[in-house]
Amino acid sequence: MRVNFTVNGRPQEADDVWEGESLLYVLRERMGLPGSKNACEQGECGSCTVRLDGVPVCSCLVAAGQVEGREVTTVEGLADYAKHRESAHPGGGCATGACGTSLQDAQQWRAKGQDSQTGEGAELSPIQQAFIDAGAVQCGFCTPGLLVAADELLERNDTPSDADIREALSGNLCRCTGYEKILDAVRLAAARQGEAV
Amino acid sequence: MDFLRPASWEEALAAKAEHPTAVPIAGGTDVMVEINFDHRRPEYLLDLNRIGELREWEVGADTVRLGASVPYTDIMENLRAELPGLALASHTVASPQIRNRGGVGGNLGTASPAGDAHPALLAADCEVEAESVRGSRLIPIDEFYTGVKRNALAPDELIRAVHIKKADGPQQYSKVGTRNAMVIAVCAFGIALHPETRTVRTGIGSAAPTPIRAKAAEEFLNAALEEGGFWDSKKIITPSVAKQFAELASGAANPIDDVRGTANYRRHAVGIMARRTLGWTWESYRGAGRSTEGVA
Ligand SMILES: Cc1cc2nc3c(=O)[nH]c(=O)nc-3n(C[C@H](O)[C@H](O)[C@H](O)COP(=O)(O)OP(=O)(O)OC[C@H]3O[C@@H](n4cnc5c(N)ncnc54)[C@H](O)[C@@H]3O)c2cc1C
Ligand code: FES
Ligand code: FES
Repeated sequence: MRVNFTVNGRPQEADDVWEGESLLYVLRERMGLPGSKNACEQGECGSCTVRLDGVPVCSCLVAAGQVEGREVTTVEGLADYAKHRESAHPGGGCATGACGTSLQDAQQWRAKGQDSQTGEGAELSPIQQAFIDAGAVQCGFCTPGLLVAADELLERNDTPSDADIREALSGNLCRCTGYEKILDAVRLAAARQGEAV
Repeated sequence: MDFLRPASWEEALAAKAEHPTAVPIAGGTDVMVEINFDHRRPEYLLDLNRIGELREWEVGADTVRLGASVPYTDIMENLRAELPGLALASHTVASPQIRNRGGVGGNLGTASPAGDAHPALLAADCEVEAESVRGSRLIPIDEFYTGVKRNALAPDELIRAVHIKKADGPQQYSKVGTRNAMVIAVCAFGIALHPETRTVRTGIGSAAPTPIRAKAAEEFLNAALEEGGFWDSKKIITPSVAKQFAELASGAANPIDDVRGTANYRRHAVGIMARRTLGWTWESYRGAGRSTEGVA
């Protein structure tokens, strides 16, 4: 079947989609967007977290056909998503197509810039920058899902308590960091967000 | 496989009548796991996401009509006063991502003895609104669970909503697991005080082939509270009464040994949860009288 939906602000079309296929599979294997990770395919790890009409969900548990006509934001579009939330259209939404991240840009997205260690020169959302600065990335497999979940937390809660952060990230597993630096990163992003306003 | 995408409730009922083997998919948090792991290859998937009214709820005089697909997150955030037990239970489900998708309709569809909505629904008392092209009926929750992962739905029926009694007293939900998030219950206990009818109702999860009420414990407690004049005096419940209630609740459990826990442990834990949740709810009944907010 064919599925039409919006990915990172731009309309996209996926063809030859099998009816039982997950949104995660469509993103990774059909759209060439491997940012959302596949670790468990059963909702346990959160590494496939994307936003569906703004709401964080496990893309491995959304049937592709269920996203017809809906909006999906992936980690590849996070920098642009955060930028437009903050500055471009205060109070208003973006017209589809005008903003957003093209499929090509999303496919080629790397934290490249001049220096992938510091993120300098790359287009990063504040939460991505905070993860780098706080040293919250080790193998990086859990990072995309955590970024999407943490970004959504900071969107609705300017001053999250530690309990809020733990709760918001309770569906994301990390096997490397022990979570402390991830919590640091979210606190850092929240503090910077507070300074900015 | 075919993917059916009805745009309205009527279309969904027609599709289910035409293809009774079609598997409805709401949040997909049970269905997609089975498909991803090849445990299930349904001929038809029936997507319910386009049917907006399934995600709506209406607060009536005595009941809340909760649409089948209202996500747990909405229940926690919006219905805590009306449905405190279910709101607490919802908060214990999995993770934010899962709670943003999954809901009570899917929990009832799966009818797992470990489903967290069930003890809360049994304790609050509710009816499941099932509909087909043949018509609509209300299934009392006590008749809904018919076996391990089996329910009273006919093959052509869908769940439209659940009519849950609004809380008229304190409610609690307690769940045993290895951590706070992402845990399927080792066992669980729901309790609701109903001062208007001077009754207490309970629900037990993961400790029998289906979700059950601890009926003997309820009957004992109802009689003891009545005889002792506790509803009026709001006295502290006599420890021996609480103990007997806990023992009877424990006795209602008919658990098995499995990877999450032993039968013995479950029986023991059900008793402990029964005593504690009775204490908590009775304390709020004595204090604020009609405070229905639970503590998470
Ligand atoms: C990682 C993970 C953790 C989980 N943790 C918990 C937990 O802690 N507690 C818990 O209770 N559950 C848990 N679950 C299970 C699941 O999230 C719940 O059972 C949830 O309520 C299912 O809702 P859904 O809308 O996603 O159902 P779906 O997967 O869409 O459907 C579930 C079943 O119900 C049927 N169905 C759905 N809607 C209807 C309808 N309107 N009419 C008739 N049939 C219908 C479907 O055909 C299917 O058989 C977990 C799942 C995952 C993946
Ligand atoms: S891959 Fe989706 S939650 Fe693990
Ligand atoms: S950094 Fe390796 S899993 Fe989190």
